[in-house]
Amino acid sequence: MNASFKKDLLIGIVALILLAALPLLSPGRVTLDFVIRLAALGVFATSLNILVGYGGMVSFGHAMFFGGGAYTFGLLMQRTEVSIPVALLGAIVFCSLLALVIGMICVKLKEIYFSFLTLAFQMLIHSVIITWTSLTGGDQGLMGGIPRRPFWGGINVADPNTLYWFCVIIGVVSLLVMRYVLQSPFGYTLRMVRDNADRARFLGIDVWRIRLYAFILAGAFASIGGSLMALFVSGAYPEFSYWTMSGEAVFMIMMGGINVFLGPIIGAGLLNVFNDIITRTTEYHGLALGVIVLIFALGFKRGITDFVGQLFNTLTKKRVQS
Amino acid sequence: MSCIVTQTSTGLIVGSLLFLVATGLTLIFGVLGVINFAHGSLYMLGAYLALSAYRITDSYLLSALISGAGVGLFSLIFERFFMRRVYQAEVLLQLLVCYALILIMDDAVKIIWGAEFQSMGMPAAFQAPPLFIFDGIVPVFYVFMICAAAVIALVMWYVLTRTRIGKVVRAAAHNPTMTSVLGLNTTWIYAGVFAFGGALAGLAGALAAPVRSMSPGMGFSILIESFIVTVIGGMGSVSGALVGALLIGLVRSFGSIGFPLFVEGTMFLAMALILILKPSGLLGKEPRP
Repeated sequence: MNASFKKDLLIGIVALILLAALPLLSPGRVTLDFVIRLAALGVFATSLNILVGYGGMVSFGHAMFFGGGAYTFGLLMQRTEVSIPVALLGAIVFCSLLALVIGMICVKLKEIYFSFLTLAFQMLIHSVIITWTSLTGGDQGLMGGIPRRPFWGGINVADPNTLYWFCVIIGVVSLLVMRYVLQSPFGYTLRMVRDNADRARFLGIDVWRIRLYAFILAGAFASIGGSLMALFVSGAYPEFSYWTMSGEAVFMIMMGGINVFLGPIIGAGLLNVFNDIITRTTEYHGLALGVIVLIFALGFKRGITDFVGQLFNTLTKKRVQS
Repeated sequence: MSCIVTQTSTGLIVGSLLFLVATGLTLIFGVLGVINFAHGSLYMLGAYLALSAYRITDSYLLSALISGAGVGLFSLIFERFFMRRVYQAEVLLQLLVCYALILIMDDAVKIIWGAEFQSMGMPAAFQAPPLFIFDGIVPVFYVFMICAAAVIALVMWYVLTRTRIGKVVRAAAHNPTMTSVLGLNTTWIYAGVFAFGGALAGLAGALAAPVRSMSPGMGFSILIESFIVTVIGGMGSVSGALVGALLIGLVRSFGSIGFPLFVEGTMFLAMALILILKPSGLLGKEPRP
């Protein structure tokens, strides 16, 4: 374990302490629910950024793993007697295998082709979910609630505060693991493949394999996000794997910034806020969101963390000069 | 025998619609190098425009032309004001602009035409007794649709291979920098191709209006299918789009007798096989450098 990861670990612990203090500062369900959603969507968006920001592969079908994770988790909890961690593990394994199969076909393609192909596969998964009514409940979604069985002796997520804790810890740990992998030699190889695949190939790197590993990794973490969401809303719905969910994820990471590890989290938080405001003020959700997306994509063209980074750079440069 | 005729005619009309949408997608990709993820929305707009135009003018042919021209104009505006800004940008931004347009269009349709399913009904001009070919029933409108798609395919083939316009477009696809050095305005070639692709999608929507029900979001499934068509036929190749569209149309109509999910699986399997065995598609050229 190197020094830079120790720093990340420290940040993670500080974040956990702050999040632990949050219920004391702001009692009431609203804040806690917001953080739980943020944990689920933040892990999901960060997992997509492994592909987009670090791998240069713009997937437009990432929600298939979010939905796949949510359904696997929900079905395991409903149909079997396994505990929550085992169901979570099951979701991760299932989505990793799914990502392996789909990734083998997709990752060798050029960028725009890759985007469309992932989108197409996602719609296949979506239509399987819609059609396989006996298993998934069709377009009604997974009904009947997901049981919140206590596990490991006394951890009872039926209690709202414990659920908050569970989601926050899973979220922070997932982020730390992703950070660790992205700062490892594998992470830097992935960046090199993004920047110059030919050069990586000359150095003897199997580009296809590196991309495939990244794709599987991203799929696995997206399934964790999906599982947390399923646990929180106590169900799984076809919309989880619909293309709009992928679009939202792409927008989250663009809005937060793809060049900073925590950018997607900020984007997820912002989109959460936007969605809340839009839902409260208008019934035309798509119209309002579409306009916001256009403002960001054509107006700012960069994420928020990119702006902050730029500002920081100009400030430090000035200080050096003076 | 009658069953085969019926299924073939259904397959051919699905193929015709897919061809019109996919050929616009493939042309735009071939010349501009971007994939228009919002192409399905143009198809949707075409269907709704045709519906309104038909209710006003009471003439189906006129309303189909109005809808083609209207969607072409809309595509031109979309290209000039939005798409143009992201040609040089990362794929991420291209994706987001199209995503935004799909969201906005779906809601705009909801506001203007309502969220519930709508249908145009068979236009009066085509309310004739169906044709019997080898005992199979083929509605007159199906014949019209197939002929319309065939005429458009022929005209496109002629324009692209035999006229100056075709030469210019192919030159812009092949080497845009050289084309503009030679004094041709590539900006307007791009805009023209985009508008033409959009107009084809609009026409497809108008042709689909009498036989399919309309709802906001109807464009998305045809977008995915047209993409599969272009992958199978070869991205950038118009003849490939024709072959792919007919193939997928026939597979869909014959397979849907018993196993709808199986059909979808077959389409994806075919696409995956093509991507593994011949990534440039059945009739595609080698990818651009």
